[in-house]
Formats: sequence, C-alpha cells, structure tokens
Amino acid sequence: MAVNMETRDYSLTGPRNKQAQELGIASAEWYASPIPRQRMKELMKRKDGPAIRDTIIWFAILGILGYLAYLSWGTWWAIPAFAAYGAVYALPGNSRWHEASHGTMFKTGWMNEVIYQIASFMNLFPATPWRWSHVRHHTDTYIVGRDPEIHAPRPPVWRVLLGELFHVYGGIADLRRIFLHAFGKMDKEEMDYIPASEFKKCYWEARVWILIFIAVIAACIYAGSILPAMFVVLPTFYGFWAVMLIAWTQHLGLNDDVLDHRLNTRTVYMNPVIRFLYCNMNYHIEHHMFPMVPYHALPALHEEMKADCPKPSPSVYAALKEIFAALRKQRKDPTYTIVRPLPSTARPYRYGPAPYGTVIQQDELIVKKAE
Amino acid sequence: MATWIETVEIDEIDTEDVVRFDHGDETYALYRNAKGDCFATAGHCTHEKVHLADGLVMGNIIECPKHNGRIDFTTGEAKRAPICEAIKTYPVKIEGGKLFIQID
Repeated sequence: MAVNMETRDYSLTGPRNKQAQELGIASAEWYASPIPRQRMKELMKRKDGPAIRDTIIWFAILGILGYLAYLSWGTWWAIPAFAAYGAVYALPGNSRWHEASHGTMFKTGWMNEVIYQIASFMNLFPATPWRWSHVRHHTDTYIVGRDPEIHAPRPPVWRVLLGELFHVYGGIADLRRIFLHAFGKMDKEEMDYIPASEFKKCYWEARVWILIFIAVIAACIYAGSILPAMFVVLPTFYGFWAVMLIAWTQHLGLNDDVLDHRLNTRTVYMNPVIRFLYCNMNYHIEHHMFPMVPYHALPALHEEMKADCPKPSPSVYAALKEIFAALRKQRKDPTYTIVRPLPSTARPYRYGPAPYGTVIQQDELIVKKAE
Repeated sequence: MATWIETVEIDEIDTEDVVRFDHGDETYALYRNAKGDCFATAGHCTHEKVHLADGLVMGNIIECPKHNGRIDFTTGEAKRAPICEAIKTYPVKIEGGKLFIQID
C-alpha cells in the first residue's frame, strides 16, 4: 500500500502543520519502553562532576589544537591543523549546546546556562530560538510540517544535504535570522514555535552577537589577516562536516509521521572518542524516549532498554552506508524507509494514526522492502 | 464547592518523588519533598499534555519528563522554559496515613 507523498510540504507555515494537528500526530503521546520507576530515578539523577571534567578536557584539547593551528598558519600544515581544530570546535560545541539546552549536562542550573550560551555561539545557533526549535523537535520528532529540525525531506535534495557539510544552507539561514532579530523582526516559521513572550530576548541576543561579529571583523582588519576569524565564527562552517557526518545518523532514512522513536530514530555504536565529543548522543533512541536522562547515564539506559529496541547500527560507517542507500532509493520512491525488525523481547511498534488515511503496518513495509 | 478527596497512602510516595493520581476525568501529581512534606498540583505540564508524575523531583522542583521545563510544586510557579505558565496547586492534608487533596 503506497503512501501519498504528493502533498508533502516540510515548511511549518504550510498545510501539513494543520493536517498533523487534525490527524492527532502533533503534540501527541509517544511510545515509551517500560523501565521501573526506581531505576529511572537513578538514571535521571543529575551530577556536576562528569560535565565539569569533560568541559575542561574539551577546552584543553581545543586550546592545544588551536595553538598548533596558529603555529602552522602560512604553511600547508595549516590544512590538517585547522581541520582538526574545526572538528573539535564544532562537534562538541554542537553536542554541548544540545545537552545544555535540555538542562541535563550539569546539576547546577547556571553552569548549564553558561555552556548553553557559549556553545550556541560556537554553533551560530541563536540561543533562544534554537532552544524553542529543539523543544518542538522533541514534541513532534520528524512530524512533517511540525518539526523544524528535519535534516532532509523525502525525496532528499543532494545539494542542500551535502552543502550542510560546510553549513552552507543552515548557517546562512541562521545568520539571516540573527540580522532579522537584531532589527526586531521574527521569521514566520519561528513564530510557530517561539512564544511571543520570548521575542525580546531573541532580539537582544542577536544584537550582542552582531557586536561580537564586529569585534572579530575588527580584529581581522587590525591583524591584516582572516586568522582571528579562523578561531571563532569560521570554524562553525569549515568544521561542520564533523557535526553532520554524525548527526545524519540520528534520523535519516527512517520513518516520519509516527509516534514511536524506535521507528524514526537510530542508535549507533560509536567509539569512546566520538562518544566523548558527541556527549553519548549516539544513544539517540534512548535520548528521545527519555530526554530527562543526562548524557553520562545514556550507556546505562541503553542496557536497560535494548531488549525493546531494534538492533543498533554497529558503526558510523555502517549507519551512513545504510542511510545513503536509503536516500538514493527515496529519490525514486519517496515512500521508501528503512525497516528495522524488533527483537522478540520487544513490544510492537506504535505507528500512531497514519497520515492521509493510510495505515502502514510493519509487515507491509517488510514486503515493500523485499520487493 | 471545594471537596476533600482521598488519594493514596502516604507511604506510597517516596521522599523526593511524585506519583500520579487520577480522579474522574482529572489527573493530579502528588509530591513529597526531601523533608517529607506533601504537595499536589494538576497532573499535566502546562506546556504540553505530559504527565509530570514521570518527571524528576529535585528539592521543591519537578522537571517535566518531555522537555525538561521546571515548576516549583510548592507554589505552582514556572521556573524554567519551555514552561512559562504557572500550574494549579491544591491544598493537602494527611489523615490516618492517607493523603487528601482539596479540589474545586
């Protein structure tokens, strides 16, 4: 049974927003794996120690790589040196932004806020707008017309997807919004998920950021070189490949318009170095199902719920291979999604009300894949 | 007219924890803080329709399980975005080891 994809409009201002609400898949109740309350309370427990340690290590590595990059400037060694600096600037910057936005990184509230503001700037993610964008992403994960953080539509647009390796589209869109906010205006899409009471905060944050941009430009003019911008602002772009190669594994190739994170989110086994840089967000089904659990407890949460989830992808490479094979198929058949069977110990998938009046069952999807 | 309704045995709520209590069409969240004092609020978060009883109690704060917004359950005051709106609180009393809440 094919799903009608003709009317797909991923914008938040288009008809799909209202349709999702009418179908009952917006702000809906999602499936949650059964975990005893006592165990969940242990897993949710907040700590300052792991995040203080990890933040010191991250900034120390960034400082060392930055110094090596500085020494290499003007030589060919600058290319690998800045590639490494950019990756360690952007990927942990993105994952710290994310964890602090949930308020789960540190136990102490102001520490979350300080890291949130710093990491937001490092990502060039306007702090307050992106806080609300991510709230919506968790409310309506991959619900078309509702989620502002869908990485690629179906069918995918290669130009945009690959351009994001250097943050060409998202970065420029955020810069445009920063200038818009600085002049006291909001983007129409943002008005769908940011309450009006937060607009003023968005405007003032944007004005402060513009002052920082001016300071960086002034430093470049004074130095007669782009070197100062190579350490702040530009790494968000030239280092973003590290963010995207990992972040693509979160949801791409899987279902949308469902109410079960096991269907639209992927957990991937990654090595300890990437898990450190990425704040354990490779346990992404676990994170989406239980966003209260801090990053340092996600491996333990994974052990608790893996019997209820599809088998994790064994590596980043395996996940990307699966994703790009699926995206190629989606170019021809936008209804195609990766099917991941559940173990016999798991509860059945919860699809929720199907969009367009079409009921999609797992056995039908398996037949579809076999064809 | 305000009515007192019997909810749960006080021992059913751990200290620094919350439980869900449904009555008629309404749902409530019943709390005990670290001192053992009891409190009651509406059961759903004011930001989205999520049961606060699945959240985390820290001091006098309940953190919503879905978006990590925070509320002071002793006053109902919103303490962290995305929760912006105060939640309704209910008077409580303990009689015979049971927790009663006064509803409208």
